[in-house]
Amino acid sequence: MSSSQGVVTSAERHHAHHFESGLAEFEACKQAMWIFLVTEVLFFSGMFVLYAVLRVFYPQMMHDAHHLLDWKMGALNTVILICSSLTMALAVSAAQKGEKDNIVKYIWLTFFFSCGFLIVKFFEYSHKIHEGILPGAMWHFEELKAAKAPLFFSVYFVMTGIHGLHVIIGMGVMLWLIKRAKRNEFGPEYFTPVEMTGLYWHFVDLVWIYLFPLLYLVS
Amino acid sequence: MSTAPATAHGDNYINHSKGIMSWLGTLDHKRIGMMYLFTVMIFFLIGGIFALGIRLELFSPGMQYMTPDNYNRFFTYHGAIMVFMVIIPLIPAAMGNFILPMQLGAKDVAFPRWNLVSYYVYLSGALLAASTLFLKGVDTGWTFYTPYSIRSNSSATFVLLGAFIMGFSSILTGLNFIVTIHKLRAPGLTWGRLPLFVWALYATSIIQVLATPVLAITLLLLVLERTLGIGVFDPKLGGDPVLFQHFFWFYSHPAVYIMVLPGMGVISELVPVFSRKPIFGYKAIAGATFGIALVSFIVWGHHLFVSGQSEFANFVFSLITMFVAIPTGVKVFSWLGTMYKGSLRMTVPMLYVFGFLFVFTIGGLTGVFLAVVSIDVHLTDTYFVIAHFHYVMVGGTILAFLGGLHYWFPKFTGKMYQDGPAKLGCWLVMIGFNATFFPQFIVGTLGMPRRYADYLPQFTTLNRASTVGSWILAVGLFLTMINLWRSMKNGKPAGDNPWGALTLEWQTTSPPPFENFNYEPVVTEGPYEYTGEKAKG
Repeated sequence: MSSSQGVVTSAERHHAHHFESGLAEFEACKQAMWIFLVTEVLFFSGMFVLYAVLRVFYPQMMHDAHHLLDWKMGALNTVILICSSLTMALAVSAAQKGEKDNIVKYIWLTFFFSCGFLIVKFFEYSHKIHEGILPGAMWHFEELKAAKAPLFFSVYFVMTGIHGLHVIIGMGVMLWLIKRAKRNEFGPEYFTPVEMTGLYWHFVDLVWIYLFPLLYLVS
Repeated sequence: MSTAPATAHGDNYINHSKGIMSWLGTLDHKRIGMMYLFTVMIFFLIGGIFALGIRLELFSPGMQYMTPDNYNRFFTYHGAIMVFMVIIPLIPAAMGNFILPMQLGAKDVAFPRWNLVSYYVYLSGALLAASTLFLKGVDTGWTFYTPYSIRSNSSATFVLLGAFIMGFSSILTGLNFIVTIHKLRAPGLTWGRLPLFVWALYATSIIQVLATPVLAITLLLLVLERTLGIGVFDPKLGGDPVLFQHFFWFYSHPAVYIMVLPGMGVISELVPVFSRKPIFGYKAIAGATFGIALVSFIVWGHHLFVSGQSEFANFVFSLITMFVAIPTGVKVFSWLGTMYKGSLRMTVPMLYVFGFLFVFTIGGLTGVFLAVVSIDVHLTDTYFVIAHFHYVMVGGTILAFLGGLHYWFPKFTGKMYQDGPAKLGCWLVMIGFNATFFPQFIVGTLGMPRRYADYLPQFTTLNRASTVGSWILAVGLFLTMINLWRSMKNGKPAGDNPWGALTLEWQTTSPPPFENFNYEPVVTEGPYEYTGEKAKG
């Protein structure tokens, strides 16, 4: 690898002093990202265990309470997120090829899909809050008589809320990537941040793929 | 291991750049390690003051110096500070940060920037938790058991958030170490040649990465419980308080090994150096480290023997808990095997090794007592449990830490500590520690419960012995720290390798230069080949 061309995208110019090459640095980042995703899985697993415990304790309540969620909204968001995963994968591929315009285009698309997801979520949340379908002690919805139903919505709001937070963080990272891509920083020799964001984004989608049936399609 | 460096003693990590900002914004793993060390020591002092307060109140039955509410705050702060702010970061983040990359022959950890972030995350979490000292305080005990922690009219929310934030620091450090060990080993440093301290930090990092996220979500749920009343741990709203205990101990039991495995790693370094012999059972010790790490994840239920867990679960957890003794025993016997027929050098670090072996063995064996359900039911929440885990956590971690601190002191500072005060300090710590906690085994079996501000008059003598012991321990620690501080300022130059040690961190100048080595280290043999001329050292 030569750094004599003065190209910003050269891996030589990016790798930190304690790595022997840009490739070694990329490999280290990739391993770190996978370990980070493992910690994310364990973080969410606490909530999934909580969900499972409630299913075992109160199966009927979980069934009755889930009818208050609109599965069409959930399904719409599932489609939106799957599309965003596709555009993110295309962005990574464009970064590997060094196609600057395509990187920017596909990351913007992913960003807009994320906005769409949050808009749907906003309508769902505001409807619930308006009706008083709220977690635990804040519940004041009169029509559902199932005992302990507020617990279902504790789990619903915590899980989708933390997932939504991950979406928002991802969107922040996307804006940062767009800024760097416009400066022509990514190419075949250096695309680490795009690829790592891609891994993160697929994880965020995957969590939703589990959340949707578990929360919206209880039977 | 490789050729000795022939560099001038000039540039080192301490004088490489100047000014307070060059420390606060540093990316050098050695400086970050030192910043961790000093910060952790400050919290160690604060946590220790709370411990002295507890012992002072327990000098006599009845209430002397504080209200029962204040007593609750004292033991909560003592526990929370010592666990989250001191013992967990003590060896990995402070010592490991400095030593690990050097033992690997690397210039730095894999992600220096994240390393600095991890320090500031730790500091902000610790300050947030400590700020509650000036608010309403916290009185839940460091375990935050529900439902009391939901209703407690205190600043528990901030302490929970503080611990939540410090968890991210722990995860970042663990992640950084794993990648560093995988990707930044010097040429020739194969897995079979890694120093055992590296193996210990590797296993510790895996536990940090796998267990801490579960604590994070648990604490977050408890914060939401306190602020929004989500009810998942609150029996009044249909939640399950025992689920909290399961979640909490799923982290906090492995966390015991986050505390003790690095200590064992330090001991594995000290024993061969000061026995002038190759380590006995290298593979057995490395394997046992991972054995302990693995088993640590499946024993959490032994904290719930009296919490309404099923008989069958109790039986299984009891059995698995006893398995912990096997890899632990493998290590203890391997260290003894290393010393056997060695030419022992009775330096200060080696004195701490003997202290560790004596104290830790008592702590470990009483752990086997407590693993037996029929005995544990009787001893749950008595002072026997307190004595047991102090023998493990103080005996295991603090003594190993102090041994390591004296061992690596010349590496950190380039100076040698004053031998006389260091030896006196070590003896005072040993005597004080045993005087404090041994009586607690007895008073515990006699039935004195933990966390009570008062006790029956027949326990007075044993409690007084314990309190006097805590004073001796405090004097010993104080003397040790003053001695190290003074030696850091005016100690005699120690030379690059005062112990004749063979691991890579000693094959460079002391204190080390900015990028650790002025040459490219190449490894050709194992870390403990103390044979022939090298054994004389």
